[in-house]
Amino acid sequence: MNAPLPKRKLKVATTSLAGCFGCHMSFLDIDERILDLVELVEFDRSPITDIKHCSPDCDLGIIEGGVCNAENVHVLHEFRKNCKILIAMGACAINGGLPAQRNSLDIRDILAAVYAQPGRGVHIPNDPEIPLLLNEVHPLHEVVKIDYFLPGCPPSGDAIWKFLTDLLAGRTPTLGFGLIHYD
Amino acid sequence: MSDAKTFFLDEEEIPFEEGQTIIQAALSAGKYIPHLCYHPEFKPHGSCKLCTVRIDSRTVTTEDGQSVKIPGRAAASCTTPAQAGQHVESEVPEIQDLRRTLIQMLLVEGNHYCPSCEKSGKCLLQGLAYDLGVMDPHFPQYFSKREVDASHPDVLLDFNRCILCELCVRASAEVDKKNVFAISGRGHTKHLICNSESGELGDTNLAATDKAANVCPVGVILHKRHGFEVPYGQRRFDKAPISDNPAQYAPVKEQV
Ligand code: SF4
Ligand code: SF4
Ligand code: FES
Repeated sequence: MNAPLPKRKLKVATTSLAGCFGCHMSFLDIDERILDLVELVEFDRSPITDIKHCSPDCDLGIIEGGVCNAENVHVLHEFRKNCKILIAMGACAINGGLPAQRNSLDIRDILAAVYAQPGRGVHIPNDPEIPLLLNEVHPLHEVVKIDYFLPGCPPSGDAIWKFLTDLLAGRTPTLGFGLIHYD
Repeated sequence: MSDAKTFFLDEEEIPFEEGQTIIQAALSAGKYIPHLCYHPEFKPHGSCKLCTVRIDSRTVTTEDGQSVKIPGRAAASCTTPAQAGQHVESEVPEIQDLRRTLIQMLLVEGNHYCPSCEKSGKCLLQGLAYDLGVMDPHFPQYFSKREVDASHPDVLLDFNRCILCELCVRASAEVDKKNVFAISGRGHTKHLICNSESGELGDTNLAATDKAANVCPVGVILHKRHGFEVPYGQRRFDKAPISDNPAQYAPVKEQV
């Protein structure tokens, strides 16, 4: 059963890990309904606010993209620590998505093919500022506990709206025919 | 006098003819039972278990007056003959939950990246998952390493998405009389093979017009030079849920 929601505005943090930002763009497709949404929520860490770290008392964390490098792991842990409810939004967050199609290949071969072939450069970039790549791309639920999944590549604005309004009203989010899509 | 017999599917009376399986009778009566490996034109295979139903559950009253349901036998409705008077449960939460779990297992076992799959929008696995409201994979992704075979001039095989339903195997053997496909291996090594010395599809006698090339319910057997032809929003499962029209349950024929 869902706990009664507090009267204050809910704090929402969002981020994009190994995703294309399409889910965030789709989020904006809720169009003018965003005005209704900001009556109910305030944005914490998010590309909308450009806050770099989550406040410790976030209610919702919405994460797009899978986990492909060490920085993604850190950000995901920060979200889990600071948000009461985590939502995996979009195909990449849910099953690795298209970036995970590299999982059948050897990471050294990929890096060599991209950076160290005639005409493409001489060495694999190794600046300490660049996060280390993981051998495989992983969906979020393999790294931390995820509370809800919102499928789609990206989920449509209408699907995101239905999902969030269900959740904010204390209902288990459902999408139903027409809104549930894996592509 | 006709000797029409009936059974009950989710409390609804369904007529059947002697020799019909539960799913055959249900689909003829316009009632959908989820299924993946069943196809009306081939021998039932009974492997996917999506069509599982419960037969003849009983409710008993205990000594302290409580009603307790004793679940009936679970059976694949595509291989179980219909019998007069039996009570079959299909669209009940317990069975739908099991079906969701099966779909989740199939999705994580192969590499199902729908956004890059040409079958998306008309894939039976996806259509079923939508219908059952599968929102999450539940299990860790398996990331199996599987091949693509592009050796045939007209037909492409992407083994990543094979659910081992054997529809292509049965179509090739029973309809095309060619035996192009077979399943080899056991457990997690089980996979589809092509019947040629090289093991490549290009060295078999498969033609793009063969039944076997047009029966795959998912995005394994695809026709080259045809891709993403129907726009998003107009594809089969964009327009109607898979359960909407049981008469249309067969896999979509590919354009050749
Ligand atoms: S076969 Fe179906 S479920 Fe698998 S990737 Fe293609 S559309 Fe998705
Ligand atoms: S290739 Fe398609 S039809 Fe053949 S066994 Fe695999 S999923 Fe079934
Ligand atoms: S449809 Fe009956 S087991 Fe697959």
